[in-house]
Amino acid sequence: MPLLQVKNLKTYYQTARGYVKAVDGVNFQIEEGEVFGLAGESGCGKTTVALSIIRLLPPGGRIIDGKIIFNDKNILTMSEEDIRKIRWKKIAIVFQGAMNALNPVIKVGDQIVEAITTHENVSKEDAWKRTEKLFEMVGIDPSRAKDYPHEFSGGMKQRVMIAMALACNPQLLIADEPATALDVIVQAQILKLMRELQRKMNLSMMLITHDLSIIAETCNKVAIMYAGKIVEYADTKRIFRDPQHPYTRGLINAFPSIRGPKRKLISIPGTPPDLLNPPSGCRFHPRCPYTNDKCKKIEPELKDIGERHYVACHMSW
Amino acid sequence: MPHVVVISMVDEVLKVINLKKYFTLRRGLLTSLIKREPPKVKAVDGVSFNVKRGEIFGLAGESGCGKTTTGRCILRLIEPTSGKIIFDGKDITNLSQGELKPLRKDMQIIFQDPYESLNPRMRVRDIIAEPLRIQRICKSRREEEEMVMKMLEEVELTPPEEFMNRLPHELSGGQRQRVAVARAFILKPKLIVADEPVSMLDISIRSEVLNVMLRERDTYGTSIIFITHDLSLARHICERIAIMYLGKIIEMGDVETILQEPKHPYTQALTAAVPIPDPDHKREIIPIKGEVPSALNPPSGCRFHPRCPYAKDTCGKIEPETITLEDGRLIACHLYTGK
Repeated sequence: MPLLQVKNLKTYYQTARGYVKAVDGVNFQIEEGEVFGLAGESGCGKTTVALSIIRLLPPGGRIIDGKIIFNDKNILTMSEEDIRKIRWKKIAIVFQGAMNALNPVIKVGDQIVEAITTHENVSKEDAWKRTEKLFEMVGIDPSRAKDYPHEFSGGMKQRVMIAMALACNPQLLIADEPATALDVIVQAQILKLMRELQRKMNLSMMLITHDLSIIAETCNKVAIMYAGKIVEYADTKRIFRDPQHPYTRGLINAFPSIRGPKRKLISIPGTPPDLLNPPSGCRFHPRCPYTNDKCKKIEPELKDIGERHYVACHMSW
Repeated sequence: MPHVVVISMVDEVLKVINLKKYFTLRRGLLTSLIKREPPKVKAVDGVSFNVKRGEIFGLAGESGCGKTTTGRCILRLIEPTSGKIIFDGKDITNLSQGELKPLRKDMQIIFQDPYESLNPRMRVRDIIAEPLRIQRICKSRREEEEMVMKMLEEVELTPPEEFMNRLPHELSGGQRQRVAVARAFILKPKLIVADEPVSMLDISIRSEVLNVMLRERDTYGTSIIFITHDLSLARHICERIAIMYLGKIIEMGDVETILQEPKHPYTQALTAAVPIPDPDHKREIIPIKGEVPSALNPPSGCRFHPRCPYAKDTCGKIEPETITLEDGRLIACHLYTGK
């Protein structure tokens, strides 16, 4: 039984010009102890998937259809009260640029204590003790829990946010671009820390990023999203070794690497579509080099082509 | 002031000699009473390099290392504190803005953020034609229009008639950046400073903009200073590269030499930190800890010594001079100076 199952999720945003179909029929699952990567470019709907899972959509956002089953229960039919018992306690999230979310006038330790006492029935003293342990876990001297956010560097603040996310021992950690705003060396340190903690705590993790290289070194499984849909979904090694969808191939080819043979960077022509009026048929067809009539008319389904490698493309590879 | 004309013997478009830029901070009341000297941020602190004709030269480093400040000083968009900038054989360090104007034809810039660098109220044709107008290149409106159309075709904003009259908000990020590329290349400059030109763009769009830029470079033989934090990208774009740390160049040379066999401990850490898009790749251990210290109070001696795994006594005391190794690279590190 997987820890989390997302079935046919559709999340739309209402705007003055109509519905933006940010997530339009997304299916995936996360097993216990697994690191699942959700990759795609900006505007493909990856963050909306995360916000739907914890039901924290911004105003105008609505889940139209689908099921999100977490520990055998459908999150989407829960009462607000029940979802609050799951949020942060069972499913925690680290947002992009989360380090800027710390309250500047409250000591970082107190902010974590507050997160713990809101969700669990523990005394302040115990919560403080746990905070110090958490600090140690994320590689910060526990005495610094008494400092204010401005006394920390960007990378340290991100460590604090990870400590806060892990404060209630969640089963699932969602990390949305956890290291994007940081410099490479700090980014590598943060990702290393997350990998270590994941292994140590047997945490299930969902890593959202636009950076395929981070997926390559962190995730067991990966889903590639394009224009609100998953176009390819498989074991990470398979995706990189044998990408099937033209978009995945394009994305991998567009990625420069510091190692290996130097080659010309190949781009994908055109731009991602406007999700107010997504293209008919396969949403990638206006940019695809192999488009035929069928692609323009019929939407391809996500099909298993063997060994749980799913591809949504009319071409039979 | 008459300027000295240095006759260019070699094919170098730019020579930067010991460039420094200190930003003076405003003092609070208390500090102004106690200290006489206002605090200074040494953003660029003694940088020297050359750019050959037609070459793409990379300036790389983490945020705050001074790469952008260096780029802007070279174009005299901000005034350097000291040092020399020799552009096309001419010392431009002390030229007045008026004297600089004719030279500006040969030096252009592409900014990082295409959402901020294009005037939202100007049409694409006017944005691209502005350099032509400032330099009074065209004799007629017709000639100007032809040049703009040709440029739009070169950057693949086709058909040009369709893009001429658009406003920036009617363009996507990639299209905007191609307008910025067109604007930079229309005067056929000798040097372009490209400051993180694609870091705001999505991966699938990036290579398209870069390929357009590279093709223009091939057509006009323009030299480019490519400022970036992304070493993987630098490797694919640049011919030579300089790695900066806290206002100094710590290693410089052929891009493959520097990135595949880094010798400076900082370059080693930086290259090891870059994620590789290959799930079979085993990551090297990153030997350094901590983050870049403030440029307000840079460490004594070698600026990298507090984070360096090989630091010895000398490193904290004496600043390493830049030396040339056998393979031609320049490096500033006591592991190689023999001190």
